[in-house]
Amino acid sequence: MRSDPNARAPLGLKLAAAAGLLFMHVPILLIFVYAFTTEEKSYQWPPPGFTLRWLEVTWNRVDVWQALWLSVQVATVATLLAMLLGTLCAAAVSRTRFFGRETISLLVILPIALPGIITGIALRSAFSLADIPFSFWTIVLGHATFCIVVVYNNAVARFRRTAGNLIEASMDLGADGFQTLRHVIMPNIGTALLAGGMLAFALSFDEVIVTTFTAGQQQTLPIWMLEELVRPRERPVTNVVAMVVVLVTFLPILGAYYLTRGGDSPAAAEK
Amino acid sequence: MTSAVRFKNVCRHFGAIRAVDGLNLEIAPGEFFALLGPSGSGKTTSLRLIAGFERPTAGHIEIFGERADAIPPYRRNVNTVFQDYALFPHLSVLENVAYGLKMKGVAKKQRLARAEELLELVQLPGYGDRSPAKLSGGQRQRVALARALVNEPKVLLLDEPLGALDLKLREQMQEELKSLQKRLAITFVFVTHDQGEALSMADRIAVFNEGKIMQVGTPEEIYRAPRSRFVADFVGSSNVLPPDLVERLTGTRAWASLRPEAVRLVSRGGHSATLVSSSFLGAQRRAVFDFDGFQITALLAADAKLPEPGKTARLAWGESDLHLMEDEPVDGPEGAA
Repeated sequence: MRSDPNARAPLGLKLAAAAGLLFMHVPILLIFVYAFTTEEKSYQWPPPGFTLRWLEVTWNRVDVWQALWLSVQVATVATLLAMLLGTLCAAAVSRTRFFGRETISLLVILPIALPGIITGIALRSAFSLADIPFSFWTIVLGHATFCIVVVYNNAVARFRRTAGNLIEASMDLGADGFQTLRHVIMPNIGTALLAGGMLAFALSFDEVIVTTFTAGQQQTLPIWMLEELVRPRERPVTNVVAMVVVLVTFLPILGAYYLTRGGDSPAAAEK
Repeated sequence: MTSAVRFKNVCRHFGAIRAVDGLNLEIAPGEFFALLGPSGSGKTTSLRLIAGFERPTAGHIEIFGERADAIPPYRRNVNTVFQDYALFPHLSVLENVAYGLKMKGVAKKQRLARAEELLELVQLPGYGDRSPAKLSGGQRQRVALARALVNEPKVLLLDEPLGALDLKLREQMQEELKSLQKRLAITFVFVTHDQGEALSMADRIAVFNEGKIMQVGTPEEIYRAPRSRFVADFVGSSNVLPPDLVERLTGTRAWASLRPEAVRLVSRGGHSATLVSSSFLGAQRRAVFDFDGFQITALLAADAKLPEPGKTARLAWGESDLHLMEDEPVDGPEGAA
């Protein structure tokens, strides 16, 4: 049952809500502020002065560009891999009944419930055991384990809402398997896939723990930041990078949110 | 003459479940044919076998003389109106109707024009731009019909097409479907669990139970001369009289059906029975009598002179109204399936 949507919340509740939101978001704003401070050795409050110098410094740092480029590559490849495997898995689980279906569904979701450190250690020892050298591809595989989950979850929900008889209706009207995929299945699960892909990209882009265990000498952007915090040189550069990371991960998540809002998804609208 | 659809010893088993079990059936071209039965009786599976969504586990199906075993659904000249319409939510009404032509590679201009014609046929001209989500149940039903007809199928399959509509709309659509079928002269095969719908619309009916056909015939044959207790009971609400009683009445030991509307009240002669209860139905009055320990339901005129409940009345019916059936004349509840 829903309470009256027009009822006003008591003042205490409003204050508590405001305090909660501030607690979550003010520290992030501090990061932004420090990106423009003139003080470079320590985080001094209030900042003695403001400058845009660090933007330029960051722009000219080769190590930042390398880390950023690696992160983008890893996130892109992991996301594509997750979209392919996650969708196929969702299709299998939602479209057919077979022995062990629930178990498979659980096993696919499990990696996101496991602490990253366990996934990381497990993968590291598995890679060592199989004599696989740590490389770009081991990072991608590590990230794909949890990226698949997000894509799978998005796709499986949409597959369930896309009535199975739409596919039969398409076949009935003369469309073969490929035409049905292109004209019926893709338009109906497209937004869910895109949303899942965006979330996966964002997750991969700021992943630290699994990456520390599966990377060799490479530094992804979050790893680079972690190392940078220890070295007190040109500190605001880290803050500039942090700002970029926030923007790069926030926008896809926002986009995914808009794409999957319940009511206006095409398959739900027909019911 | 070649049958439009022909089942030859068709079985469709799902593991231990015999959804369709040894089906033999011929549907003539241009017929309005009903597959009638309770849920789980195999009627929908039979329809899906014609459409090609199911493959027979044994036997085969011919569509206009051609064996259909190896033909996938998208190459059969058969189209389906689905129970919940299955309209494509991401396409407009017009695009939905034109979908079949698009798959055939018909140019955009022609296929949209043709789709518009079909919308006119189902009395939805000008609805093409809307989204299926914005239509009422009855309108969606018409769109589904137009979409299924766009490829000019030789056989149109309808799966409980009126099930989701309210009573008034359902009666109107029954009329429309019937006249549409006459005009287009396409073979219609429709699945229903509603015996009234089957009786009023179909040229012929196949009554299904437990994966088997119990009886095939015109609505009148099925109604007047049910061959088994199942058919008598499922089609209309017949009084099914057990062999003992029938033997006393006619001298033949067999199960018999007696339609409630065949029972009359008489002042003398006939059979004496005790009134149990009666209810007023508007145009008619339904009365339940106790006759020798068996309940007999009668549909009488609304102004019929009934005695008080518990008092006796005299019932009569024509000799031919007591229809003997082919079931084994075994008494008792285990025989009364």
